[in-house]
Amino acid sequence: MWHVGTVIALHDETATARTITLEVPDWPGHVAGQHVDVRLTASDGYSAVRSYSIASAPNSERRIELTVERLPNGEVSPYLTQEVAVGDRLELRGPIGGWFVWRPQQTEPIQLIAGGSGIVPLMAMIRSRVSAGSAAPFRLLYSVREPRVVFYRDELQALSDHDQIVSLTYAYTRASPKDWPRPPGRIDDALIANTTWPANLVPTCYVCGPTSFVESATGLLIASGNSHDKIRTERFGPTGDQK
Amino acid sequence: MGIISRGFSGRRRAADVKLPPGQYLTTDFPVLSAGPTPHVSLDEWEFTIDDGTDVLRRWDWKSFRDLPAETITVDLHCVTRWSKFGTFWEGVSLDTMLADVKTDASYALVHSYGGYTTNLPLEDLLNKQAWIAFRFDDEDLAPEHGGPARLLVPHLYLWKSAKWVRGITLMYEDEPGFWESLGYHNYGDPWREQRYWSD
Repeated sequence: MWHVGTVIALHDETATARTITLEVPDWPGHVAGQHVDVRLTASDGYSAVRSYSIASAPNSERRIELTVERLPNGEVSPYLTQEVAVGDRLELRGPIGGWFVWRPQQTEPIQLIAGGSGIVPLMAMIRSRVSAGSAAPFRLLYSVREPRVVFYRDELQALSDHDQIVSLTYAYTRASPKDWPRPPGRIDDALIANTTWPANLVPTCYVCGPTSFVESATGLLIASGNSHDKIRTERFGPTGDQK
Repeated sequence: MGIISRGFSGRRRAADVKLPPGQYLTTDFPVLSAGPTPHVSLDEWEFTIDDGTDVLRRWDWKSFRDLPAETITVDLHCVTRWSKFGTFWEGVSLDTMLADVKTDASYALVHSYGGYTTNLPLEDLLNKQAWIAFRFDDEDLAPEHGGPARLLVPHLYLWKSAKWVRGITLMYEDEPGFWESLGYHNYGDPWREQRYWSD
C-alpha cells in the first residue's frame, strides 16, 4: 500500500542534508523512530526504493518530515536532496519498524547516542517527547565530524538550554568549535561515564549511526554496566572493510 | 506504474536482471542488527536442536567443527533492499545436523545469543538450502556478521539468516520470531518481494 505525499517545504540542514516536509492525506500515523520507504519512478517505469527515517513527531496534520543525507554514489538521495521541489509528489510506504521506537508511555530515563545522520530517528523521539508532554528524562550524545554538519542545531540548542527537554552533549571527531573543552576524537569511555545516564538508573539506550560507530558506542555502554537488552540499535552504511 | 518522479532517471546496471524485485546491488557487506553485537567465546559456544521439551542434539564448538563442512557460494538479499552476489562461505549443512533427528514438526524457531529469534518452515532448512556458517571469504566469521556461527538460508531475506545462532526449536505450530512479530513478513521470499506483513 503506497501513500502519495506532496512536498510542502524543503529545508537544508547542512551542505549535504535536506529536510523534506510532506503532506500525506491518508497517513496512518507513526511512532518516533520508524522509517518509510520512498519510491522514485522514471518515465519508462524503472523505479528505485530506499528507506529513510522519519524526523518528525507523530502529529494530527498528516505531515511527516524526512531528513535525507546525500550519499556520494547514491541513486535516490541525490534526487531527494537536489532535485525535489515544493509541489512534487512522492510515493511512500510505511511507517515501518516496531523495534527502534520510543513511545510516550515509556517513563524510564532515555539515552540517545547519534553518529552523524543517525540523529534523525532520535530527533523524532525528542520531538515526540515534547509533543506528548512526557516527563521522561532524555540525554543525547551526538557525535559529528565537525560543527557545520550538525542537524537541527538551533532546535536542539533551544530544547536543551531553555526548555530542559534534553541534556545535550556534542562529541566532535575531526574539528571542534574554538575553546571546546575536549579535543576532537571518537566517543570514549570517559565521555560515556561523564555524559550518559549511569547504568544503575537502567536507561533504555538508542544508538543510531554508521556500523563502526554503533559497534564502538554499544561496546562502551556495555562496558559501563548497561545490559545488552536495554540497548537498541540501528546501523547504516558500509562496514568499513571491503567485504 | 507509480507516479513519475519528474527528472528522475535512476541508475540501472546490466546485472540488475538477476536481482529480485526492488533490490539493488552492493559490493559492500552492510551490517544490520537490532542490538549490540554479542561476543561469544568458542569455549562457551554450543548449538542445540530441541523439540520444545527435550534437547535432541547438542554440539560444542569442537564437535560442531568435526562435522563435515562444505563451501557455499550464494547471493544474499536483505529486506533493506541491498543484494550482494557471489558471497563465499564455509559451513555445515543443516541436512547433516538434522540427519538423525526424528520429528513430525513442520516449523522451526531459530535462537541466537543476544535473544534474537526467527521462524521458518522446517522444510526450508533441509534439502541443501541452509547451513550453519562459520567462515566468510576464507576468514573466521566476524562477530558483526554473526560469528562464531550464523544460519545461512540464502533463498529467504537475510533477516532469516540469524547471526550468532545457538539453537533450533522444532515445532508443530508456527510461531513468529523477532522481526516477524514487528511487521516483517512471516516467510520472506525475496523473489515474491515478501517484505512486510501485508505483502
